[in-house]
Amino acid sequence: MQTEPQAQSTNGAVVTANDVTRVYGAGETAVHALRGIDLEIQRGKLTGIMGPSGSGKSTLMHILAGLDRPTEGEVTIDGTPIARLGDTELTKLRRRHIGFVFQFFNLLPMLTAEENIRLPLDLAGGKNDKAWTDEVIERVGLGDRRKHRPAELSGGQQQRVAIARALVSRPTVVFADEPTGNLDSTTGAEILDLLRESVSTLGQTIVMVTHDPNACSFSDRTLFLADGLIVREVAKADAHEIVTTMEEVSHL
Amino acid sequence: MIRVALRGLGGRKLRATLTALAIILGVAMMSGTYVLTDTIDKAFSQIFDESYAGTDVVVSGKGADISFQGTSAAAPSVDEGLVDEVAALPNVEAAAGAITDESSTKIIGSDGKALNTQGAPSFGFGVDATHPDFSRFNAFNLVEGTWAEGDGEVVLDAGVADREGYQVGDTVAISTLRPKQDFEVVGIAKIGDVNSLGTATFAIFDLAAAQELLDREGQVDTISVAGADGTTPEQLVSEIQPVLPDDAQVRLATAEAQDDKEEISEFTSFIEYFLLAFAGIALFVGAFVIFNTLSITVAQRTREFATMRTVGASRRQVLWSVIVEALTIGILASIIGLFAGLGLAIGLNELFKALELDLPTAETVFATRTIVVSLLVGTIITLVAGLFPAIRATRVPPIAAVREGFTLPPGRLHRFTPYIAVLTMALSLFLLGYSMFRDELDTASRLLSIAGGVVLLFVGVAMISSHLVRPLAAVVGWPARAIGGAAGKLARGNSVRNPGRTAATAAALMIGIALVTFVAVLANGMKASNREAIEDQVIADYVVTAQDGFTPFVAAAGDSVAEAPQAELVANVRSDLARVGDAETYLTGIEPDTILETYRFDWKEGNDSVASGLGDDGAIVDANFAEDHDIAVGDTIRVLTPSGQTLEQEVMGLYEPPPFYPLLGGVSVTKERFDSAFERPRNQFTFVNVAGGPSGATTAALTEAVANFPDAKVQTREAWINQQDEDFNQFLTMLYVLLALSVIVSIFGMVNTLVLSVYERTRELGMLRAVGMTRRQARRMVRHESVITALIGAALGLPLGVFLAALVTRALQEFDVRFSVPWGQLVFFAVIAVIVGILAAIMPARRAAKLNVLRALQYE
Repeated sequence: MQTEPQAQSTNGAVVTANDVTRVYGAGETAVHALRGIDLEIQRGKLTGIMGPSGSGKSTLMHILAGLDRPTEGEVTIDGTPIARLGDTELTKLRRRHIGFVFQFFNLLPMLTAEENIRLPLDLAGGKNDKAWTDEVIERVGLGDRRKHRPAELSGGQQQRVAIARALVSRPTVVFADEPTGNLDSTTGAEILDLLRESVSTLGQTIVMVTHDPNACSFSDRTLFLADGLIVREVAKADAHEIVTTMEEVSHL
Repeated sequence: MIRVALRGLGGRKLRATLTALAIILGVAMMSGTYVLTDTIDKAFSQIFDESYAGTDVVVSGKGADISFQGTSAAAPSVDEGLVDEVAALPNVEAAAGAITDESSTKIIGSDGKALNTQGAPSFGFGVDATHPDFSRFNAFNLVEGTWAEGDGEVVLDAGVADREGYQVGDTVAISTLRPKQDFEVVGIAKIGDVNSLGTATFAIFDLAAAQELLDREGQVDTISVAGADGTTPEQLVSEIQPVLPDDAQVRLATAEAQDDKEEISEFTSFIEYFLLAFAGIALFVGAFVIFNTLSITVAQRTREFATMRTVGASRRQVLWSVIVEALTIGILASIIGLFAGLGLAIGLNELFKALELDLPTAETVFATRTIVVSLLVGTIITLVAGLFPAIRATRVPPIAAVREGFTLPPGRLHRFTPYIAVLTMALSLFLLGYSMFRDELDTASRLLSIAGGVVLLFVGVAMISSHLVRPLAAVVGWPARAIGGAAGKLARGNSVRNPGRTAATAAALMIGIALVTFVAVLANGMKASNREAIEDQVIADYVVTAQDGFTPFVAAAGDSVAEAPQAELVANVRSDLARVGDAETYLTGIEPDTILETYRFDWKEGNDSVASGLGDDGAIVDANFAEDHDIAVGDTIRVLTPSGQTLEQEVMGLYEPPPFYPLLGGVSVTKERFDSAFERPRNQFTFVNVAGGPSGATTAALTEAVANFPDAKVQTREAWINQQDEDFNQFLTMLYVLLALSVIVSIFGMVNTLVLSVYERTRELGMLRAVGMTRRQARRMVRHESVITALIGAALGLPLGVFLAALVTRALQEFDVRFSVPWGQLVFFAVIAVIVGILAAIMPARRAAKLNVLRALQYE
């Protein structure tokens, strides 16, 4: 039902949102989670999305990643409008363009680390690029944990598996949903380093939703959400600056 | 994707095993049935081939080929002189006559009673061991001693000898058409190379002795013929044919063997279908279990499926992962079941051997059909049952990967479920009604639509039962709340948390309970009808029958009982097969002088004087038989007997016996007339009236009077009815045992559901333990939930069974089957359900109690 993705836009935006709104329910009890979001995610950058709980940041990520549909507005990924795609097209889109990193890792318990990492390639079919898979596994530092099951890995290791799984299909964009939310601060920092490094060395585009100011200090750019709107945007900043901005935002 | 499915299965071994067991049992029963019946079939064919090995053609009597309700009339005997005539033919190298009688020879066991063959033949043979060609035709292998020569000697089969402890040199009493006499056991023989054929007994006499004992003076039953070298059996047939009289025939030995084989395979295929029906029921219940287990598993793996979707799995791939899981369970279970069935069949055969009831042994037949059908049926059933859960799994949206506690919304069709259920039940009732009340259906399509109707009924009730769980749990959960305290209250609550799951679990048990109830109610009605039918007809004090109650017995026994001083009045009832017009039926011979004192006719046309004044050319006809075959009073009917004689009888009266159990045949003539038409007339009943009514002493005296005819059994009318009830109960017990298989399958389903529920509620259980629930209370909570589920199954199954029985009773109206609910038994079944619930809960309850509180609370 959709045309092929058009040649990508001029300014290097791989994900765009155009006047996106999302309303849950209807009438009196309707909840306006997003109230008109416009944004562009730059290629090869780590973009942070921050906001207090209830600000709509998770909803925004779900809609950008095609997990949820906007009530109004349009989202494109690599130039393809996705808001009205059917299930089959969305599946194809996910295989080619999207990687996920979850707060609770979401690994399949019965598969080994390596099998979990390869899963997107196996699902998509086609040839298995072994050299690349091996490189990804080495990069995330799991060379000696390939045959372990998730239950035999620490939280940090599990999240490394999840990151490798997201990177392995060389997606256009990786969405990370509170990637450090379930980890202690030291391990969290390691994971953030890993994400940062994938952007710097692989040129991977990453969108990270978090409420952790420290996490956003690893971003190239941070968008601040409050009450369903983007209220502020800061370029690369340290944690202190993020906290200050966050303070301002919550008093708007 | 396949790896995901297989690994997933490997990670849930207990669940997979329990699920597989649900199918293994049914498949094992199926393949076991095939192997057993195939093996028996093959073994018998080998025996028949061997016994005709040295024989080219067989000469035997030619009668009217009459069979009715599964019984075939024996062929008449032929003149002994024929043996020499045949032997003298130029191309005949050898010919030998023999006596073969299937029913009159009763060997007395070590306990002094005639061996009960339970319907199998009690063979009496007469062979001439001195005949030069004896060994060529002989089908027996002597293992000890010599062949019988002259009067007073007998050879027994090795099975009987072993079972009853008879050895060469011992004395054994045997009754034949003559009263009981003593014989010396001079030899013990095998049939081919087996000790016995099930419960059948063999007594092999000298030819001349057998002719006397079995009332065949100057006659033989078969003449085995071997041709000279270079003569084909077909040539022999055409050579022998012209010298035979009208009442004899010559057939190829291979054709005789073929007939014998077909007779056996008719019997084995009946057993086969009978047992397969129960295997089918077990598989049907197994399908419920699999459906339920996979549904729960899918629900619990929502996050997993959603994650797979986010990393690029298509719906089709998710569908496949569940289907592959079901397929793997199905294939593995079918393979295990297939071999378990093989083992079962071999085990059963060994058991028969241990009981000295050897079925003929052949090499176990493991036919391709057995393998293909068992594997296919088991796999397909699992697959079909897994299809709905698989489709449901595809409806898990990717966003469920990031939403805590996401539950799948009900499907598009969900709100139509009650309507679909009602529609299914309506269709089922239509099928049931159609099959039961349409007369022109043939048996196969009738049975098929009954089966289809019952299956749909169960499915329909199962579909709607999720709506009944709440109210039912409120009722059957009452005792749990009353005696279980807090744990009981929680149990009741748990049972209605997920009504669909409870309903599906209970539905599996419901099927077993409904079928058991159906059998119990129908049987109760039949017993009532049977008693009523007998009480309506028989007004005699005593009834003499054969030991097994249904085969005819030696007429002389009836004459002996008459000699007892206590017997005031005796009415013999002869019975045998005959053809009236073109209808086959039983012809009975009655004694006009005495019948009215012992048997009550319910006249439709005529009155008692018709019976008391019945002449040799008259007949009394069952009104139902008359109606079916357009016979009216005043008509002359032609009655053909198995030996080929035709009687012409004028119909004098019509009577209406109770349709459930008419004791007399379709047509009754005088005993004298009967005796003139049958070579060896036998009694079905002898009714006896005594002075002063039945008493223990009188019973003993009458029994003493027939002591020389050990196959005859003297009972009061009441004892006779009770005996029939008891025999019927034995059959019922067998049905219950077979149905228990499906109940066992449903227990696996209950265990499965409970284990999964306990797993799912790990954190909750941890919390309960943390706030003070004891291990004991945790166990009790699970147990009560299990019992409530089982009782819901009973609450659905009992009325359903009663309903089905009522329906069938209605369909059997023409046989006047009563409808009578055995309340005591139904209560017993409900108790069984409680026990089933308790059993199913043992392992899950232990798991729940073993939970480590701390870890349970940390559980993801």
